[in-house]
Amino acid sequence: MRLSQCKPGQGGTITQVDGEGAVGQRLMEMGLIEGVSVKVIRVAPLGDPIEVEVQHYNLSLRKSEADRVEVDA
Amino acid sequence: MSGAASEATGGVSAPPAATGVKRVAIIGNPNTGKTTLFNALTGMSARVGNYPGVTVEKKTGALEPGVELIDLPGTYSLAAHSPDEMVAVNVLHGDQAGEARPHAVVVIVDAGNLQRNLFLLTQVMEVGLPIVVALNMVDAAAKAGVTVDPKALGEALGLPVVPTVASEKKGLDALRAAIRATLKDAPAPKPAWNWPPSLKQEIDALAKGQGIDAFLAGRALIDEGGAAETMLAARRGAAAREALQAARAKVRAAGSPPAKLEIQMRYAWIARAVGPCVSRQPAGPGLTDRLDRVLTHRLVGTLAFVLLMTGVFVTIFIVADPIMGLIDECFGWVGDQITASFAGGAMEGGMLQSLLVDGVVAGVGGVLVFLPQIAFLFLFIALLEDCGYMARAAFLMDRVLRFCGLSGHSFIPLMSSFACAVPGVMATRTIGNPRDRFTTILIAPLMSCSARIPVYAMLSRAFVPADGLHGFLPALVFAGMYFVGIVAAIPVALVLKGTLLKGPTPPFVMELPQYKMPTPRVVWQRVWEASKAFTVRAGTAIFAISIVIWALLYFPHQASIGEDYEARREAVRAAYGDEEKLAEEAKAERQSKLDELDHQEAGAYLRASIMGRMGHWIEPVVRPLGWDWKIGMAAIASFPAREVIVGTLRIIYDLGDEGDDEETAQKQIQDKLQAAEWPDGRKVYNLPVALSIMIFFALCAQCAATLVTIKKEMGSWKWAAFTFVYMTTLAYIGAFATYQIGMMLL
Repeated sequence: MRLSQCKPGQGGTITQVDGEGAVGQRLMEMGLIEGVSVKVIRVAPLGDPIEVEVQHYNLSLRKSEADRVEVDA
Repeated sequence: MSGAASEATGGVSAPPAATGVKRVAIIGNPNTGKTTLFNALTGMSARVGNYPGVTVEKKTGALEPGVELIDLPGTYSLAAHSPDEMVAVNVLHGDQAGEARPHAVVVIVDAGNLQRNLFLLTQVMEVGLPIVVALNMVDAAAKAGVTVDPKALGEALGLPVVPTVASEKKGLDALRAAIRATLKDAPAPKPAWNWPPSLKQEIDALAKGQGIDAFLAGRALIDEGGAAETMLAARRGAAAREALQAARAKVRAAGSPPAKLEIQMRYAWIARAVGPCVSRQPAGPGLTDRLDRVLTHRLVGTLAFVLLMTGVFVTIFIVADPIMGLIDECFGWVGDQITASFAGGAMEGGMLQSLLVDGVVAGVGGVLVFLPQIAFLFLFIALLEDCGYMARAAFLMDRVLRFCGLSGHSFIPLMSSFACAVPGVMATRTIGNPRDRFTTILIAPLMSCSARIPVYAMLSRAFVPADGLHGFLPALVFAGMYFVGIVAAIPVALVLKGTLLKGPTPPFVMELPQYKMPTPRVVWQRVWEASKAFTVRAGTAIFAISIVIWALLYFPHQASIGEDYEARREAVRAAYGDEEKLAEEAKAERQSKLDELDHQEAGAYLRASIMGRMGHWIEPVVRPLGWDWKIGMAAIASFPAREVIVGTLRIIYDLGDEGDDEETAQKQIQDKLQAAEWPDGRKVYNLPVALSIMIFFALCAQCAATLVTIKKEMGSWKWAAFTFVYMTTLAYIGAFATYQIGMMLL
């Protein structure tokens, strides 16, 4: 399941990240890498971006970016 | 790439400076308290400047006698894509022009967020400089149930680790001692992780082939489209780019993109080696989580956001406005004093007096009048940023700004611009992506700032029927002016992002830091630096422009006009006889006649000035907007600041530059405007003409301070000129359409 499709409270272990380009590189640098657990905390009032918890901190990213992250939820 | 420095094959980095002064750079992720630590370590010795060629702030200070501390921009990674990140890498690597390479680095890490912070540390460990780690915010981490064993961490990293609480000045002495020891004899760190062979092989080959060290080769290979690639291509030409592409293709063929290999290697090592140094007690939802449940809530959060922003905005208006009025009055008073001191003297009414009063004093006042808004706006920005709310504002508003191809980071600068574009443009420094930042700067002056209000007020009160649409029409016109700017900004931003500032959509991947109490020192410094930067850097240019405009309005100052009016004044004086013997009523009558002559004289001079002639020259250009030469001239004369048009129109219509009080002033100019006629007897002003002027001023770039600030922030007069040209064109088209359509409907 894509991270962008997770509802608040949902999440799991990252199985695949599309790490191409500057956006992919930044996602991975911020700790969204394979084998790490991630959870959606909340969605912004206008439906995008989303807030996730990863590597014990909170990160905001757009749904288009969360689309690059596959989780085993 | 382990032991990068020792593997350097004919490196390009400069050796440390030979002078006795030791240099220590401090680097860390954003939100780690780096600025607070820098301030605490350097005290009052900090100096702020700019790195040449880029608008990246350069902060240095004395750690102790003979040791200089350099504050590098906050960054998550040395994979440089923005100018900020590029400067950080260049300074560490010794490639920053005019900067000697530091002798050591302090890497500050947030104890509560160790994994991600150590990612940057592992990169810095490969630069080849000795390192001291400041393990900051250990108190907040402990509160959240996270304890880090500094001794174990130091052993795992092979580096000195000093626990600190920068906001409470704890651990600073130990940190100073560790820096001193490191400067004495510490070697460069020896990274313990192993690069994936497929990647390592290509990096080494590239380093050899291009004659650079392994660090630079690694960054150039891994960061596609990044700063290292650009720099290498600039130095070695297209062949280097081809070599990079070939190397990347080989790494990819072996399985993964280079960046993924690098990042996975680092996080894997961090988890394995450093994991055991951190213990986590399960803690309930912290303050940040509880606050965010409210502050980013769909309804309550949005409402809180709107209230907060309205509060900030209203406060700037309510608090800054009277202070601005006061500054205005002060300079008016100084001007009057100068006028008075000339009165009766041989040089009364001469050029020197006019230069001092209308040029110098008005020019300085024109610079300083911006300070209250800048100071208050940066006070709020610094508070919001330092407490952690700024990231939430960007989180909430991102979706809205995506309409113009921007991100949530642009919201605060654009909102600030409704008060004044100068601090708005300055506030764009918080936008990481240069294309987004430039686009935001270029549309910021379209937001209706407070200087437009006097223009809107004068014209709407004179020509918009107050009882129109059941009394709502004036308010509607006012709101419409604000709306016009916003509506124009959207296509302008989209066009800019599609043409001049075209590029891939930057990531909106943003840390939402823990909320914390703002540090007063950090907040105060932001306010002070912004105010100083504006006064010192922009002030001189704005002042120079004011003097030029004064000269255009003053010269040639034909003596015959003065003689003519002096003769008329003399006639009035003669007609009333001895002033002492007159009744109160007659005295007042005499004085008002003399004042009227003074105003007429000022008007006559103005009409005969170079600027007055310029008004006549451009009349054919402004005729399609429904304007006569007087309006055209007043529009040019208001180049230093939009609100100047009000005073200029008063002088042209022989009213003197200001009235006794606001009501009479408005009544006077209203009567004059309503009475103004073309030579053939038609009225100059009607509703379409008034609206055409208002639209012009809503969209034009008649503000020297903004243009000078744009030059400073974008690093080139070209962008300031571009802003002026595009906004003036937009304003002209808008005014033309308003007048022509208005006349058709009338």
